[in-house]
Amino acid sequence: MIYNNLKKIRVYLSVIIFCFTSIYFLDFVNPLPNGLTESVFSIQFIPSLIKFIAEVSFYSIGFIAILLVTLVWGRLYCSFICPLGFLQDIISRFRKKKFRYRFFKDFPKLKYSFFAVTVLFLLSGSLLFVSLLDPFSNYGKIVVNIFKPVFVFGNNILTGALELFDNYSVSPIKFNVSLIGFSFSITVLIVVSVMSYYKGRLFCNTVCPVGALLGLVSKISLLKIEVDENSCNGCGKCERVCKSQCIESKTKTVDFDRCVGCFNCFEACPTKGIVFTTQLKSEKKDSIDEGRRGFLSSLAIYVLGSAIVAKAQEKIIPKKESTIPTIKSNHSSPPGAIDTDRFNDNCTACHLCVSACPTNVLQPSFLEYGALNMLHPVMDYKKSFCNFECTICAEVCPTDAIKEITLEEKKLVQIGVAKFEKDNCIVHTEETECGACSEHCPTKAVNMVPHKHLLAPEVIEEFCIGCGACEFACPTKPYKAIYVEGNPEHKVAKKNVQEKLIEEESEDFPF
Amino acid sequence: MKRRDFISNSIKAGVLLGSAYSVTDVNRLFAQESSNPIFDLAAIKGGSAEKMFEEGISALGGMKNFVKPNQTVVVKPNIGWDVIPENAANTNPNLIGRIVKHCVDAGAKKVYVFDHTCDKWDKCYTNSGIEKAVKDNGGLVVPGNDEKYYQDVVVTGGKSLKETKEHELILESDVFINVPVLKDHRGTKLSISMKNLMGIVWDRKYWHSNDLAQCIADFASYRKPDLNIVDAYAVMKRNGPRGVSKEDVILSKSQIISTDIVAADSAAAKLFGKEPDKIEHIKLADEMKAGTMDLSKLNIKRIKIS
Repeated sequence: MIYNNLKKIRVYLSVIIFCFTSIYFLDFVNPLPNGLTESVFSIQFIPSLIKFIAEVSFYSIGFIAILLVTLVWGRLYCSFICPLGFLQDIISRFRKKKFRYRFFKDFPKLKYSFFAVTVLFLLSGSLLFVSLLDPFSNYGKIVVNIFKPVFVFGNNILTGALELFDNYSVSPIKFNVSLIGFSFSITVLIVVSVMSYYKGRLFCNTVCPVGALLGLVSKISLLKIEVDENSCNGCGKCERVCKSQCIESKTKTVDFDRCVGCFNCFEACPTKGIVFTTQLKSEKKDSIDEGRRGFLSSLAIYVLGSAIVAKAQEKIIPKKESTIPTIKSNHSSPPGAIDTDRFNDNCTACHLCVSACPTNVLQPSFLEYGALNMLHPVMDYKKSFCNFECTICAEVCPTDAIKEITLEEKKLVQIGVAKFEKDNCIVHTEETECGACSEHCPTKAVNMVPHKHLLAPEVIEEFCIGCGACEFACPTKPYKAIYVEGNPEHKVAKKNVQEKLIEEESEDFPF
Repeated sequence: MKRRDFISNSIKAGVLLGSAYSVTDVNRLFAQESSNPIFDLAAIKGGSAEKMFEEGISALGGMKNFVKPNQTVVVKPNIGWDVIPENAANTNPNLIGRIVKHCVDAGAKKVYVFDHTCDKWDKCYTNSGIEKAVKDNGGLVVPGNDEKYYQDVVVTGGKSLKETKEHELILESDVFINVPVLKDHRGTKLSISMKNLMGIVWDRKYWHSNDLAQCIADFASYRKPDLNIVDAYAVMKRNGPRGVSKEDVILSKSQIISTDIVAADSAAAKLFGKEPDKIEHIKLADEMKAGTMDLSKLNIKRIKIS
């Protein structure tokens, strides 16, 4: 009987999806090709939705598929696909009484408040609450900011141990633990852990905006899980395994919009008393529900529709406040972001790029983009600089906040411009050689020109791509003599083309 | 084990070296004792990097003159940049492969290759072609990107650089072979053997902010490689040390091999078309007697391959 296997299917599929997702976020040995992220993450609701708002493409219709699935079977996303949901399932396995749930009340006001705020911010063009609440992005943040450092630490211990035996087969990894990223992620992890330890999927049914939306959709789904009153013997086993705590065996009812589709109840029921029923047949449902259902479904449609319409209209972008207490008035967004505002409007702060970035220059921001865009990755030239031969962040981004670009394009994308502060420069202040900035510059936008008996830096702005190599390399403290002023709108740098050198071949030795 | 042993050894060695230095130039004594070359310097022109090396090293008595059976060797190329070999920002991978092979053939127990790179280290290792060349020839590519590999050392006789952190393999290994690539450098005018030693230390920013040329000369006086092989097959003539494209490169098809790091740099500077005394760190190293930049004092083997 298919009902008995539903749970098994759910477990297998969700394990596969969860493992893929986690491996991509851990990313510490790059085991999988980056090109796959687009398809693997296209089934994640929020990334796909954000992508769709920006541009309709094959990989951006994933959320529509999820909505359709929800319209037929309910919130399968929450149990099959959502990585944060899976994480909660893992945590709840540590419960003393693993499967001892009791029906628990719904918190519609709380749930819809979170949902409404998220939607309102989204409509105003801000992904703040999406970044804060989206389960996929939060799972990403937890992996990148908490689990990855643990793995990297373990890796480096292993490296050290092997090196004692002259074995260099495991490479040491440098990974920066971001304070802001860690603080936020550990908070989320604790909240989610506590909630799931005591109340199963309570997070999904009170805080999560995706849960709220899919819950609304599932109110009108074609098939619903119900208790078959004829078969049910009232043993209550289904209620005890229901981590959404939405089955009330006493009244033989299932609050289906809170059901996450885990199918534990099917397996637990000894009498096949849990069934999927077609809603088309059962006409004689309580009439009070009809009005509510209609209202809610139209609300759902309105929300979705307006989210899409919001794209068509020019979004209302909150004016950025210049609250950044540095000499930079703008920080750089990664190449492929096209424009920092566009980037912030599409980034859900999942930190996949932070994890994938080989040089660790991409770091979760604090106030660099303004408080509303906290946690969105920013180019941190104090930590590192952007590798010239690399477009990995653009390849992996699941929302296209960083749009894919070719390497040739990337080498000319000007995300900022180097500014030279002569009075900080070693060559000028100490009158000794340096040139660390020019040395690291991949385009020689930082050129060295004669200065007394030395060479001193000079910036040719049109060649500069803002990679930050000069700023990172500059040895002066506490203020750098060269730094990158971000371009809010990325520009195109001029290619530094020089004529081929003529070889003056000499057969003889000059000594 | 190694690292712990190293700490006690280095203290002993430091005391020993310190006292030895006060009497005489101890490294030079060792060098002459162990290698005893007929020529001070071999200059080769006209062949592939590997061919020139074959000719040059045999003129200096073969690799067996520098590497004894069962010794550990570090070969230190320039692998500073994540660029393709054609751009000549890194040492020629074929040359590195051949040197590693000679060390292995001479009976070396281990041949380590590393650099403290500027760009992301693993990408530099791969894209320079050096990682593959080393592995194919029986060497071991090791990382140089982590501070844990670097040990505090006192730079005896240093004027600007009194102490620094040096890679443990350089300290532990029996033989140190320095294989820079000759190229333009917009900070120090040229990057050759002495400049290449910036890839065996940790905190380069200190060097940059404390009279770079003097620091380079200080370190070259303190730590002389057992052999310097300057790759001047393809030479980056401008936009150094990273280069912008292969348009910056000319084929010079030359090579310099010497135990004297200052002489090697002096000869390479002349190949480049610059006077050695115009290169601040070469001049300073000569003054500090880290070697000699006066090539007329040396017995030079000149080899032309046609």
